[in-house]
Formats: sequence, structure tokens, C-alpha cells
Amino acid sequence: MTTTPFWRRYARFFGPDPAADVKEELGFHLEAKTEDLIREGLTPEAARKEAERQFGDLRAVQKIGQRIGQNTERRKRLSDYMHDLLHDARYTFRTLGRDPGFAAVSLLILALAIGANVAVFSVVNTLLLRPLPFSHAEELVWIAPPPSECGWSCATYSADAYEEFRAQSRVYQDVTGYEAFTTPENFRLTGYGEPVPATGFEVIGNFFQVLGVQPALGRLFTAEEARAGAVVGESSGLAVAVLANAYWRRQFHSDPTIVGKAIELSGTPVTVVGVLPESFDYGAVFSPGAKADLFVPVSLEKERMWGNIVTLVGRMKPGVTVAQALDDANRVAPDMYFNVKYPQSKGRYKGDLVPVPLKDYVTGKLHRSLIALWLAVGTILLIAGVNLSNLLLARSAARAKEFATRGALGASRGRIIRQLLMESLVLSGVGALLGLGLAFAVIRWLAHQGSLALPLLNSLRIDSQAVGWTVLVAILTAMIFGLLPGLRMASGNLQELLKDSGAGAGLGRKHERLRAGLVISEIALACVLLVSAGLLLRSFAKVLEVDLGFEPDHASSMNVEYDDSAPTPEASVLKRAEIFQQVIARISAIPGVQATGISDYLPLGPNRSWDTPVPKGQVFAPGELPEPLVYVVTPGFIRAMGIGLRGRDFTWADGQNSERVIIINASMARRFWPGEDPVNKILMRGDEQDRVIGVVDDVHEESVESTLGAQVYYPCTQQGPSRAQLVVRSSLPPSLLAPTVLRALRELNPSQPASEFRPIRTIVDRAVSPRRFFMLLVAAFAGLGLLLATLGIYGVISYSVTRQRPEIGVRMALGATAGRVQRQVLANTLRLALSGIALGTLIALIVARAIASLLFATSPWDFPSYLGMALALVLVAVVSGYIPARRASSINPMEALRNN
Amino acid sequence: MDPAKLEFIRGTLDVLILKSLVWGPLHGYGITNFIRRQSDDAFLVEEGTLYPALWRLESKGLLAAEWGVSENNRKAKFYRLTSEGKRRLRQEVKTWEAYAVAVAKVLATTRLPEPEGA
Repeated sequence: MTTTPFWRRYARFFGPDPAADVKEELGFHLEAKTEDLIREGLTPEAARKEAERQFGDLRAVQKIGQRIGQNTERRKRLSDYMHDLLHDARYTFRTLGRDPGFAAVSLLILALAIGANVAVFSVVNTLLLRPLPFSHAEELVWIAPPPSECGWSCATYSADAYEEFRAQSRVYQDVTGYEAFTTPENFRLTGYGEPVPATGFEVIGNFFQVLGVQPALGRLFTAEEARAGAVVGESSGLAVAVLANAYWRRQFHSDPTIVGKAIELSGTPVTVVGVLPESFDYGAVFSPGAKADLFVPVSLEKERMWGNIVTLVGRMKPGVTVAQALDDANRVAPDMYFNVKYPQSKGRYKGDLVPVPLKDYVTGKLHRSLIALWLAVGTILLIAGVNLSNLLLARSAARAKEFATRGALGASRGRIIRQLLMESLVLSGVGALLGLGLAFAVIRWLAHQGSLALPLLNSLRIDSQAVGWTVLVAILTAMIFGLLPGLRMASGNLQELLKDSGAGAGLGRKHERLRAGLVISEIALACVLLVSAGLLLRSFAKVLEVDLGFEPDHASSMNVEYDDSAPTPEASVLKRAEIFQQVIARISAIPGVQATGISDYLPLGPNRSWDTPVPKGQVFAPGELPEPLVYVVTPGFIRAMGIGLRGRDFTWADGQNSERVIIINASMARRFWPGEDPVNKILMRGDEQDRVIGVVDDVHEESVESTLGAQVYYPCTQQGPSRAQLVVRSSLPPSLLAPTVLRALRELNPSQPASEFRPIRTIVDRAVSPRRFFMLLVAAFAGLGLLLATLGIYGVISYSVTRQRPEIGVRMALGATAGRVQRQVLANTLRLALSGIALGTLIALIVARAIASLLFATSPWDFPSYLGMALALVLVAVVSGYIPARRASSINPMEALRNN
Repeated sequence: MDPAKLEFIRGTLDVLILKSLVWGPLHGYGITNFIRRQSDDAFLVEEGTLYPALWRLESKGLLAAEWGVSENNRKAKFYRLTSEGKRRLRQEVKTWEAYAVAVAKVLATTRLPEPEGA
């Protein structure tokens, strides 16, 4: 083995080949042996045979050799790779450390973009992708009629219908439900200091069993308790309740011995039989934005006379599809009675039993908004990626020589790309870590936003899936922003770079074109975000402008406890009227109170309906009559709510012995008596007749954005209210008024609990909170996009000014004024911005059409949104172009020329 | 006793291979010749054991291989000791010597020793 022969250069030219190596090595051995044997005197043929005989099983040895060779090769390649990787990583940290400004800016961009992405992913995952927090949640269905105008009363079923449905359906393991007309603070807890309000939901006894919720302490309701119901207010001896976990911790300080104890609810001793697990949040699933403190079994016997009262939730048998469940419901519906006592009520639910996956009921409405949000945040990631790509390009231009030198010293193109990709990966990795921390903080904050009427917020958290998503996003981002500069760099002409001493060479110019392209696309993406945010903002403004039919400002409400128990219904009505009259007199006497009144239901909350009044003398086909929402109110309520009234209000003189009176809303009046004055007309409810004494404005009852149906108001002196919500109109701040009002109520009724004195405005705010939430998020993303675009523009213009220093110097030496130079730079900036805006507007027009269903009373071509976007972008372009322009105009021609 | 049938004690072949490369690179055939000649034909290394042993040592990083040209001007794979291989050889030689001394001492015993502590 002396000098390296010529062929060595080309041996294994196409990479290592362990099999051929083994063959050649063993072949040489046989030949050498054969030659030695010939020298010892054997004939060539005999020598060859002898050598092979001595060797033994050549094939077996070859096989071993191949295996070992391949393993070695693999291990070697891996170790080389790891070694290079480690080297790259170390090198990356060193170079980034040398340029802390760049590192800080890029990490900030990445942390914001990735953090926003992870946070939104967590929301989307919780609300859309993950199953509901119940075991085998896919089996759960929500059974309700198609949406209609008469509110909850048309979305619920009677006790008879529930029992019939449960008995006859074949596709369910079990069916349950809850009483849908519960309002907040419907109970009063006494025995723990001053009386405090509590919100208790009445559920059908098997509710938790059907959902698959296991108690954290104690037990659930027994079948016997489920039948009897916790008849609060009557001592049945069986009154029981289970506590929500949060309530148990807050109100009872996690008392581990609470099970078996009796608590006093609205004057009745109720035995606590269990505490629910922390993972179960009733409000989060069934009533977003509301809290549930405790649960009592609903008494179906007692509710039987009340008509539609329960919602239905079913757990299907395994393997049953929703379509099969619908077929089964259609089979059962014709045989169902509204009330078995009335045979004519058979079949009333025909077509009104539509099972949908519970998940769809809970989050279905948010589907589009969430997808839009996800896309918006994805766009942010794209913008951030493009921005970083741009920053890296600028950096790589400055580092061109470094790479040229490395290339000249033998670093392969792949190696340099890998180095650059490693830098992006390190950046995005660290950025992702920071972003994860950011997302963690945001999600924690969001999970505790009780006033936000979005479902499932309580189960928001950064879980393993979110972390997985972070990793994915980080790698993706690194690819987006790392690959382009890498390819760009590695394809450069090394010699040209090495020779070139200034930044004015061809590569610089090519670079600049690429970077301008990147900035234009960045502006275009920001454009789309801005237009979307603008459209959503305008929609939100339109929602706030909606005439609610009442005046939400300067009015507050409080739940009033009263005891109207009396031996006869007539006496009860009289007693109640007296109490209400006293309350109103007392509250009205408070200085600063302008108006006050009581209603049993308030707008934008639960509601109900009963009966279908018919105008006297008119005939309607069945099903054609509107089923109005019903409010039982005191005189003065309509004025206190700020509802416009034509005709007269109720008075305390409208009693049981005087004529029955009713106030209807404008929609209903138009429907029944178009073009006529409805005042003094008569409405028939069966045999009873009500005289219309006034017409009020339509009030938005269901939601701010929904269309309006029929509404009627009855006096509390002629119909039975289900509770009392006091409304106080005053220009005094609610916090100042609340203690005075509570004191006045306590003087009349010492057991009045310290209920919340809620400004009516907060009810409206809660109703529009999902829209506000999405609007704010998209607006925040648009702001971030704008900021990133600004950075991008500034970077490119600033770089091009630096590159053109000598050229500008020459022009100034030849007499160009500072103003001219400035104008030139600004013109370049504007050209970039306008190209981006033009491109962005085109994309935005398409996107706007896609999100049209999220808009409210706003056209997807809403001109002000587009104009605002364009103005905002031009403004930031001018600002970000001005600084480099100033720099350009202050160039000293002599210096610039000399330096070159 | 037929010297050609002398069986290797487990692990011995490795140390012999390492030793054979102390003076410079050799190909597989050269290694067999070296071992045969140095052991006065006591050890005949079988190819079926030698080559797998070589490859194993190579993959462990004790040997490095390179293609070169043999004395008769043919392409052959040459093995040489890596620094790791040299270190291993020194260690193995020490172990082997200690082992041989101990075995020899035991075998050289001529009479039953006195019981200890007597």
C-alpha cells in the first residue's frame, strides 16, 4: 500500500456499497491463497479448489459481512449527521448571540404568532374537535323541534310527552332532560350568615346517570327521589339536592362531611346527597355564561299541568346513528300526547322531535366563527413567516460572504441550506416555547371569563394536543421562513460573491426584488385580515345600534323573594298584588329612582309562552297562529324598562273582578289588525276574552340579532307570575343604589337574599359577548398583521436605502435636493404598499364573501371597511418609509462616494 | 495432538488480530499468514471466523479499513488499528498475561497446599 492509485478516486463514487465490498474482499483472499498454493506446486485448477475448500461456506460468510457492513454504514451516517447537527446548533446559538437585535425581534414575532395560533387551536380543539366532556359523548343527542319564534316553550316538551317518548323509543339507552325555565338565583340559602341567593336547576332524576357523570362525593338521585322530586316549599321529607363542585368549594369550604347534612333552601330543609365532580360544569354545556350551584330532581307529577317544561337529552344505544334516531322519533311522535287528559292533544309533537348530536347543539352555532378565527390566526402565522423570511434574507445578504467562504472551503449546498434551516428551527423552537407560555396565560385567563357566553370555556386548557400542535406549527413556520433564504443563498454564485466587495452587486438587486415580493404578499395578507376585522367591527357596531325595544342603560334588575301562599288562588293573587305594590312604593320613594316595576321574565334570558290568543271574529288555520311569548308584569314595568307604549299601561285597578286586559307588541298588532288601531280590540283565549289596552315596541327577547315574534303582557293582578324581577330605572350608578334597594326589600321581607343588582346593560353585553369576543380577536390579529407588515416595509426600504447609498450620493452631488431624494424613497414605499393593497383587496373580496354569514347587517362589499383598510395601510407605509427616507436625504454625498 | 486443530479460547482471536496490526496495515489474508507463522503453525485461522471477527472489530471502531493495493498489485481491503484499537490491545494483553500466569501457577502445583490459617 504505497501511493494511492488512480482508481481509488472513483471507487464507490456512487456512495458506499457494503455487499460489493465484502465480495471483493473475500475474492482477494481466495486469489491470494490460490497463488500461494500454486507456488507450493499445485496446478492452478487444484489450487483454486483447495483454496475454496479451506474457506468453507463462502456464501454464509458473505451474508454475515453484508449485515455487519450495512449496520456500520447506517450507524456511521447517523453519527455523522448528529455530529453535524450538534455543530450547526452550536454555531447557530453563537451567531444569534452576536446579533441580539435580530434575535429579539424575530423571537417576539414568532412568540406572538405561535402563541396566538396555539391559543386559538386550544379554543377550536375544545369547542369543535374534542368530544364533549362526557363518557361516550358521541351517543348523546339533543332532542328539540326545529327553531321557531315562540322561544323555550316551543323547544321543550310536557311531562307526559317525555314519559311517552322514553317508554316508546327503541334507540335509546335512556332519555333524560331538565326544566328549561330556571332563572338565576331562584333559591335562597339560609343558615350561613345573611340569606344568599343560589341558582338551582331542576333536572329529571336520571340526568347525571344518562350523561355518565359520577359524583365526587356521596351519590346521585335514587329512583324514588327522582319520582317524588325535591318539592321545595313543601315538606315532602324527600327533598334532596346534589351540589356543583365549585359551589361546594365556595359556599361550604369543601366540607367533606356535607353529604347527609340538611341545608335550608328557600325555607325548606333539603338533604345534600352528593357533590358533583369538578369536571362537570352544567353551565358550560347547557347554559353558556351562567353558573349552576345545585341540582334538585324535578317533580314530573307537579309539572304535568304546566305544559311544555322539559328539554330532552337522550343517550343512544351503541351503534345507533342520528338518522336512525330521527326515524324512530318520527315513528313515536304521532302517538305522543301533550297531555293524556286531552285526547285531542295526541300527535301535537308530529315532526317536532328532531335529535341532533349534543355536541352540535352546544357548539354548532360557533362552527363558522371558529373556523374563520382559525384561518385568521393561520394568516398571522403566514405573515410572521414571510416577515421572518424577509429578515433572514436581509441577514443572509449581509452574511453572503460567510457562506461563500464556507462554500469555497468545501461546504456543500445541502450543508449550507441545513445550516440555515437549523437557524430557523432554533429560532422557531425558542419562539414556540415563548408562544406556548403566552398561549398558556391567555387560555388560563379565558377559562375564567364567566361572563363570556361561550360554551365549554371551563374545560379550556393547554393539553398534549395543543403542545403537539405547537411543535407542528413551529416546524412549519421554520420551513416557511427558513427554506426560501436558504435556497436563495445556496444558489448564489460563489466567485461573484467573493469578488464583490460592496452590496451593490447583482445578487443584492435580485435579493431586493424577492424581498419586495415578500413584502407585497405580506401587505396583501394583512389587507385581508384588516378587511375581515373591519367587516366584523362594523357588524358589531350594527348589533349595538339595534333598537332593542327597551332602554338598557340606567336600569338595573334584582330578583325579589315573596311569599304569596294563601288558602285560595284568589287570596293569593290579592296578597301578591299587595306585596308588589308595597315593594314598588318603597323603591319609588328612594331618591333618584325614576321608575320601577316588576316582571317575571326579562328580555334576552329564559322565556316562555302559553296559549294562542285569537282576535275575536277572525279565523286562522291551525299552525298559522303565532304563539306569543308571555310576560306577567306590574304597572310601571313597561316604563321602567324604557319600552315605548301606545295606549295605556296596566293599573292596580285592573283586578280579578274587572275586565281582563292585555298589552301586545307591534308585530302582533300588525299581524292581527293590519292598518287598524288595535287598542280596544278583543283577543280570545278559548272562552276567555282580553281587551287590548296598549301596544308596545317589539322587544328583542331571544337574542339581539334574531328576528322578532309576537309578545304579550298580562297584569300580575289577573295572571300568575312565576317569579318577580324588580327593574329600577335611575341615573344613579347601580353600585350606589344596590344597598339602598336591598335594605328597602329587607325591611319588607327579612328573608330577601342578597341577590345581585344587575345593570340591564350587562344582560345585553352577555348576549352580544360571543360576537364581541370574535370581533376583538380578529381585530387583534389584524393589528398584529398590520404591525408585521409595517416592520416588513420598513425593513425592505431601509435595506434598499443602505444599498443605494453611493447612488444617492452621486445624485445628490449632481444637484438632487434632499426633498427630491426623500420623495423618491417614499414613492418606492408607496408603490410597494399599493401593489400589496391591490392584491389584498382582490383576495379580501373573495374572503369577505366566504364570511358573509358571520356579518350582521353589513354587506361583504362594505365600502368603509375597504377604505379604512387602505387608509391604514397607506398610513403605516408612509410612516415606515419616512424614517429611511430621512436617512437617505441626510446622506453626505462626499462621504458616500469616498466610502465606496 | 494435531496443532492445526488447536481451538481458540473465546476472545483470543480478537486480541491476535489486534496484535497482528501493530506494525502497520494488513489485509485479511496477511493477518491469517501472520498468525499462522507467529504461532509456528499452531493456529490455523479459519476464514469463516476471521472475516466476521474483522468486520465486528471494524464496526466497533477498533479497526479502520481502507482499500489499497496488495504486494501482488491487486485491490485489497487493508485494516489498521485505530487509537481505540491500540488502547484495547494494551488492555487485552495485560488481561491475557495475568490470566496465563494464574493458569500456569495453578497447573504447576505439585503437592496439596497446607490448609489456610493452620
